[in-house]
Amino acid sequence: MNAVYLDNNATTRIAPEVLDAMMPYLTGYYGNPSSMHSFGGRVAPVVEEARGQVARLIGASPDEIIFTSCGTESDNTAIRSALAVNPDKRHIVTSRVEHPAVRELCLFLARNGYRVTEVPVDSKGRLDMDACRESLTDDTALVTLMWANNETGVIFPVEEAAGIARERGIPVHTDAVQAVGKVPIDVDSSGVDMLSLSGHKLHAPKGIGVLYVRKGTRFAPFLIGGHQESERRAGTENVPYIAGLGKACELALEHLPDMNGRVRRLRDKLEREITARIPHVKINGDTENRLPNTANISFEYVEGESILLMMNEYGICASSGSACTSGSLQPSHVMLAMGVPFTMAHGSIRFSLSIYSEEAEIDFVVDKLVDIITTLRAMSPFWNNDSRPAAGR
Amino acid sequence: MWDYTDKVRDHFLHPRNVGDLENPDGMAEVGSMACGDALRFTFKLDETGRIRDARFKTFGCASAIASASALTEMVKGLTVEEAEKITNRDIAAYLGGLPDAKMHCSVMGRQALETAIANYRGVPSPAETDALVCECFNVTGREIEQAVSENNLTTVEEVTNFTKSGGGCGTCHEIIQGIIDRVRSENEVTE
Repeated sequence: MNAVYLDNNATTRIAPEVLDAMMPYLTGYYGNPSSMHSFGGRVAPVVEEARGQVARLIGASPDEIIFTSCGTESDNTAIRSALAVNPDKRHIVTSRVEHPAVRELCLFLARNGYRVTEVPVDSKGRLDMDACRESLTDDTALVTLMWANNETGVIFPVEEAAGIARERGIPVHTDAVQAVGKVPIDVDSSGVDMLSLSGHKLHAPKGIGVLYVRKGTRFAPFLIGGHQESERRAGTENVPYIAGLGKACELALEHLPDMNGRVRRLRDKLEREITARIPHVKINGDTENRLPNTANISFEYVEGESILLMMNEYGICASSGSACTSGSLQPSHVMLAMGVPFTMAHGSIRFSLSIYSEEAEIDFVVDKLVDIITTLRAMSPFWNNDSRPAAGR
Repeated sequence: MWDYTDKVRDHFLHPRNVGDLENPDGMAEVGSMACGDALRFTFKLDETGRIRDARFKTFGCASAIASASALTEMVKGLTVEEAEKITNRDIAAYLGGLPDAKMHCSVMGRQALETAIANYRGVPSPAETDALVCECFNVTGREIEQAVSENNLTTVEEVTNFTKSGGGCGTCHEIIQGIIDRVRSENEVTE
């Protein structure tokens, strides 16, 4: 059975071209770019070519690109750097819906003497810009806001927030792990000082990430050691993965029109068909400002894990914001921050497409979902046999 | 991904006895949609006083559905007094075990059985007469006591895995710890 993979916000397949770009450096060309001999030296240009490919995708210059091991390392580096270069400032502004790579670090810092403001979002997941503005103080060391949300795809007005923060001389970091490769990004005009991205969300392998640091930004490295990455990130360069990420960024730039055209239409079709054929469903998040590949849909009166496991029987891969899928008892913090009722949050499913998604897959998923939701609702005490919600409770 | 047994998967994908019995001899509704799982359980007796039929409807995850399905199979043919002896551990064992964080699904099955039997006897359910400890998930002190005692639980985390209590705001953790300490010291005395 072939997988119908609609979980691309979790991770993506490695593009065949990316694997091809990596293979030489996993086999014959295993040299260390720092070596004095030409066997190692010949792989150094590969790293620099990749740096250029990454820079082009996000509108940076190559020397503003630092290769890391993953998005989480990039986020940790950026936040800790901002605090380290400004030791007198003890306040961080972030949002309530950040990825754990940012949120858990901020909660950790809050337990260790920092003050953290989590800016709220509205019922559509939109950032409260007034609250963001009002939260800034003379003590604020950093504003860190995600570019796009991993669960809903909602895009934050990061550029606007960056403008406000920069007026007050406060550095801005953005976790753009979900956004890079899905929507056009130009860091130069965005006003952000630091940006995190991750390879495995854009068809490169897991284990490679990037931190963009704007020229002139004061920076303190996270990993201390050798002089790699212009002394900003120690550790021998992961040459094959860097080469792969470079290729993936080049492809992502080429595929941006497909992502924002064909893939967006497939996502819209998925939502349209589901809402037309299944009663009592709701699209979560701001449909105006959203990644083109992400759909977050609540199926009322049924629970998310059950939906996922029934879809799994057909090889359909997706995610849920339900409590049961995480092992915690609370639905996702994103759903809670948006004020999505528990009854809706428990039945929320995220579908995330990629440039490899095809229309036949969307049709297949919709057909199967109609059956699955019917089956589960027939089992639900909140659903009557005449296909209506049960009264009361 | 959860490590479910084949038996759990089977009862989830092919649940037994889904539905509602008309004019049941005993019925229970436990849990709620907000909690993330809920179960309606009904049974009917034959003329000899044995459970002839049992049905369920569940809102919840795979293990909640499987636990309810297992319960309906387990009680058939038993007298009410025999059925009353089924514990949450029996339900989990019938399914070949449940992941720790999913034990509360078997507890919900046990709770539904107990409440349905109380309904049959025309007495208030023990769960209803007791005070709430965990307001987030509607768990009473007696339910926590029972879970601690029957499953030999020692930590608040374990109690949360079995009953959900303490899994929300966390303000009841001290009370739960108190119940654990009390039940364990009582058990030591009696052992």
